[in-house]
Amino acid sequence: MNLLFPALSLRWIPVWRRNFLVWRKLFGPSMVGNFVEPLLYLLALGFGLGVFVGEMQGMPYSVFLASGLVCASAMNTATFEGLYSAYTRMAHQQTWGGMLATPLMVDDIVLGEMLWAATKSLISAAPILAVAAALGLVHGMNALWVLPLVLLAGASFAALALCVTAFARSYDFFVYYFTLVITPMFLLSGTFFPLDAMPDAVQWGAQILPLTHAVELVRPLMTGAPHSQPLLHLAVLTLYAAAGLYFACLLLRRRLMA
Amino acid sequence: MPQAASPTCNAVTARGLSKLYNGAPAVDGIDLDIPSGLCFGLLGPNGAGKTTTLRMLLGATPPNGGTLAVLGYPIPVQAREMRARVGVVPQQDNLDPDFTVIENLRVYASYFGLSGPALERRIEEVLHFAALESKTRAGINTLSGGMKRRLTLARALINDPELLVLDEPTTGLDPQARQMLWQRLRTLMTQGKTLILTTHYMEEAERLCQRIAVMDHGRILAEDSPAGLIGRHIEPQVIEVYGADVETWFNTHARARVERAERIGETVFCYAHDMRELLDDLAARPSLRYIHRPANLEDVFLKLTGRDLRD
Ligand SMILES: Nc1ncnc2c1ncn2[C@@H]1O[C@H](COP(=O)(O)OP(=O)(O)O)[C@@H](O)[C@H]1O
Ligand SMILES: [Mg+2]
Repeated sequence: MNLLFPALSLRWIPVWRRNFLVWRKLFGPSMVGNFVEPLLYLLALGFGLGVFVGEMQGMPYSVFLASGLVCASAMNTATFEGLYSAYTRMAHQQTWGGMLATPLMVDDIVLGEMLWAATKSLISAAPILAVAAALGLVHGMNALWVLPLVLLAGASFAALALCVTAFARSYDFFVYYFTLVITPMFLLSGTFFPLDAMPDAVQWGAQILPLTHAVELVRPLMTGAPHSQPLLHLAVLTLYAAAGLYFACLLLRRRLMA
Repeated sequence: MPQAASPTCNAVTARGLSKLYNGAPAVDGIDLDIPSGLCFGLLGPNGAGKTTTLRMLLGATPPNGGTLAVLGYPIPVQAREMRARVGVVPQQDNLDPDFTVIENLRVYASYFGLSGPALERRIEEVLHFAALESKTRAGINTLSGGMKRRLTLARALINDPELLVLDEPTTGLDPQARQMLWQRLRTLMTQGKTLILTTHYMEEAERLCQRIAVMDHGRILAEDSPAGLIGRHIEPQVIEVYGADVETWFNTHARARVERAERIGETVFCYAHDMRELLDDLAARPSLRYIHRPANLEDVFLKLTGRDLRD
């Protein structure tokens, strides 16, 4: 295997742009969903369940939940894009095969796909932020810093997903990743409830999950609660994105250039 | 700047090029010298190693051995520079189903960094060339197989390549669509472009290619012009005989009168320079049916590979 560091350049832009142009065709219906779904969650869970939950970490449950939804949505969107959509382009439509007959290289495609999936995270998380703000669940303009964070978190989840896609022989393969990685992470990263009541082992385990660190960064920005160790959380997310990108390039080079 | 390829050099020069899959050679140490400006055919049955050879030429997969230069660029080291000057028609269509005809061309052009008014003019040219002007805004799934193939060709021309690589460009097309594509390829040859195509259709190779390499089991068995291959490897006359008891007839009456024979299924292929005696004999045997014809590439194939290529 060619272990060379990925040859990164601006050639990712046409790859990103191709995906953007396809997305733009279905812009209307997908955007409606992006606004309506978080609205339903915040109303049903935040206010409905919130009545019984009461306060959580010193804030109304709906406020607590809004930041969790933003992060979970970033993860799910980037993961879905990096698995199913990327696999469709790689295996079924041979879109990548077409690109590889042009001056684009595997590394350009991987970077373009990762940044596109991160963009989709932003497209899905920004409306949640907007809906939450409209419902009065967001504390101040600092919350706008959530947007670049969502891009970073999306990039990490996308890079991990692309590594998985490099091994996939069919869509069924992704069920393992969702069941064994994404769903536990979804539940155990402090998105919907704090981990304080969980066994120590779970609390420690959660510290290696990227979603935990995304939540630790996003929640204070949206709720006005104090940050703890923001640089550490940023570093972990960045590391996931960089290492994921490196291995995705390596693995997909090996697969596509066999 | 990479050194520019001089116009007189070979489009492709390969020495000892090989590729292993799971320890078995898919391409087994081939040498290629493909001069610029002509149509070169790689002719071989399925699994011969044609696609693998093309993929190595395009820098899509690294060889396990040998040296390779395409348009003067060492491959795979300078694959990116080379691909900017090459057009590819892959074996399987990979048009973008989410885009219309013209969007497919524009997006593909963006992979080459092309845009703006010059691109729009080029798009008009290639759409005209492919006779797809009336389909500009059509979705890909509304196109016929022949139209998709022509669009794939138009797409491969978007960067005005000097070398065009086509992997089984007409497989699966009906005769009209195939004729139409052949005619386009001839036009490209008159424009001075170099064409490398793979095919398992004899008549395609015979009609289009000035040079043909016959390939099987990853090796090149012979390379020449179509007439050269036929003249050098095969007796000029062929009679194909089939019918009841063709085997008995062959053993008792024909074996001594022909120079060589092959049996494929129910048909015996007889090869010789002079067929008059055999034709007289066959004329008196209504139970046997036969075709008398000049030797063609298919016969060369049969001799070199021992395989029937028509299925
Ligand atoms: N990616 C691959 N992995 C394993 N074996 C392969 C791969 N690509 C081709 N082969 C094998 O290499 C041989 C040549 O294949 P190919 O070049 O596709 O032949 P052709 O194009 O002449 O039909 C075949 O035996 C095929 O199974
Ligand atoms: Mg092939």
